[in-house]
Amino acid sequence: MTKNVTFTGGCPVPLSNQDHVTLAHGGGGRMMHNLLERIVIPAFGNQPLESRHDGAVIKVGQGRLAFTTDSYVVHPLFFPGGDIGTLAVTGTVNDLAMCGARPLCLSAGFILEEGLPLATLERVVASMARTAKAANVNIVTGDTKVVDRGKGDGIYVNTAGIGVVEHDLVIAPTSVRPGDAILLSGDVGRHGVAIMAVREGLQFETTIETDCAPLAAPVLDLLAAGIEVHCLRDLTRGGLATTLIEIAESSRLHIGIGERDIAVEENVRGACEILGLDPLYLANEGRFVAFVPAAQAERALQILRAHPVAANATRIGTVSESPACLVTLQSRIGTRRILDMHSGEQLPRIC
Amino acid sequence: MKFVDEYRDQDKSERIAKTIAAVTTRPWSIMEVCGGQTHSIVRYGIDDLLPQKITLLHGPGCPVCVTPLELIDKALFIAARTEVIFCSFGDMLRVPGSGGDLFSVKAKGGDVRIVYSPLDALKLARDNPQRQVVFFAVGFETTAPANAMAVFQAHSEKITNFSILVSHVLVPPAMEALLSAPDNRTQGFLAAGHVCTVMGFEEYFPLAQKYHVPIVVTGFEPLDILQGILMCVAQLEQGRAEVENQYARSVQREGNRPAQALMAKVFRVVARKWRGIGEIPNSGFALREEFAAFDAETRFGVGDYHVEEDSECISGQVLRGVRKPRECPAFGTRCTPERPLGATMVSSEGACAAYYQYRRHAERSESGT
Repeated sequence: MTKNVTFTGGCPVPLSNQDHVTLAHGGGGRMMHNLLERIVIPAFGNQPLESRHDGAVIKVGQGRLAFTTDSYVVHPLFFPGGDIGTLAVTGTVNDLAMCGARPLCLSAGFILEEGLPLATLERVVASMARTAKAANVNIVTGDTKVVDRGKGDGIYVNTAGIGVVEHDLVIAPTSVRPGDAILLSGDVGRHGVAIMAVREGLQFETTIETDCAPLAAPVLDLLAAGIEVHCLRDLTRGGLATTLIEIAESSRLHIGIGERDIAVEENVRGACEILGLDPLYLANEGRFVAFVPAAQAERALQILRAHPVAANATRIGTVSESPACLVTLQSRIGTRRILDMHSGEQLPRIC
Repeated sequence: MKFVDEYRDQDKSERIAKTIAAVTTRPWSIMEVCGGQTHSIVRYGIDDLLPQKITLLHGPGCPVCVTPLELIDKALFIAARTEVIFCSFGDMLRVPGSGGDLFSVKAKGGDVRIVYSPLDALKLARDNPQRQVVFFAVGFETTAPANAMAVFQAHSEKITNFSILVSHVLVPPAMEALLSAPDNRTQGFLAAGHVCTVMGFEEYFPLAQKYHVPIVVTGFEPLDILQGILMCVAQLEQGRAEVENQYARSVQREGNRPAQALMAKVFRVVARKWRGIGEIPNSGFALREEFAAFDAETRFGVGDYHVEEDSECISGQVLRGVRKPRECPAFGTRCTPERPLGATMVSSEGACAAYYQYRRHAERSESGT
């Protein structure tokens, strides 16, 4: 950087005043990250929370349990390929799976808005039951509250889940090692575009469906086969890019990936081109990355591909020592660039 | 994907880059006018493929970046009114005005909505006759036809609860302002392909001749930009200053005549303020008298509101291609996309935001620390 430049401080705009929560704080990007780091984590500070994982792994007697919670405020409640009920179950099951745990049981808390048709609640609950059965978990406890009309968005769902850890591995960013292979379980961006299409009334030639699916089965198979899994993360808000950046920053290593190795369905790519969105930052609900030793990568891919939910698993990159804390992407034209965390949600561009 | 993948081909990109290197004998500074091109250049690392002698300057063609502070303030004022549904393209929501941004107006209860077309805002007006629907009509010649159409339709249908807050700017007067500035460094232009799709490129002939500067109408994909640079460098090396069209698959010499006719019917050319640059004569649009009823500034009584911007801000120099984002000491420290000091840090098309997104660590990783 040029050192002898004097900056007058004169600037056409003052600092953006952020003394209120804005939607960008919930976008899974840098702003949400800062909110947690500044307000939430210091207040609750403890060892499991310090791991900044999607769930906490807690020692209980001789064994270990995984514990996680998540709230679902999706709008609209129903969208192509799923609804708030399927999300509420798969999201929590997947958070447990990413701890390398076998999901045991879930809780369900409902915040219902006065005036919600009972048929809507029935439909959501039926989806939850169906998804829980498919994921082999029971919903064993719960809570229901009703708020005044106008103070909710129909229905909000919170689920918490407990799983049992049946291995000795520490599955966390701190276990990632230089040389590890990075495996991605399938194409990215479908959930984000599916939701945006319904929410904004966008119509494409074909309906784009969410990828929402429970991921415990392929993960447990990897572990059962003795794959030395170093880190797992499902790709939710913020997408593949944000997930990898978090892991690079926590592990203080470099993650190098290739744009060509990352599958994006044709219709999702089309929607992204039109709206000026980057599929690497779009939400997913049925995709994950696994960091495994390079020597086991091929075997791990074979195991993953045996599951329909990970049938298109591929290796997208490798971990190395430097440049530390960064994710770099080799573009389609062969150049390399840095992937950085977005502030909030992606905003469609003007032109 | 058809019409996309063939323009992102690695072998062809490298081949054009080699040809550029082969024909370049002297240092040249070329400005890409449009923010979409800047975004592509930084996203694909196109400048990494170029010989050192070629410097790319990032132009003023980001509509978010050049929208003046007072227009943002007017938007914030109107959006906060309870009877208003304020509609905007997504990336305007994060641009800070004097008292927050549209996101913070929304957080405090304002009805602010992201739309993808002004016609969606017009539909909202039809569906909500008891509310006032205002569309933030920002952009260059590219977005002007759709905005003109929305006003034209509202006028034909006698819709009284729809208005637009106009902040339209025009490319050729800005290029002339840059060329006539004493600190101008630009020796050749990549003109904005989508602006030319609407306007054609006849208006660039006098500029090329008067300032003896090559102007190549250029697209947005990596191969488009590389080819545009090659055509521009070839002209510079040969001492030519012509208008050429790289983006022929989209741009015709006369442009889109029906769109131009509609724009001329609804808008008139006026002087406009550009953030960081100042007022440029004949550089924007305002609504014609016949459509004045759809002017949100009049409807909400904000026409006389003025805020002075500090002419010392480096974002103005970035927009004019005089300095690079990294030459600002606030870059990446006091000024980030979360807390932007200037508008060029806000939109993904803004040069500072593009550098922040893709280049922030470049020096660190180059030096291996």
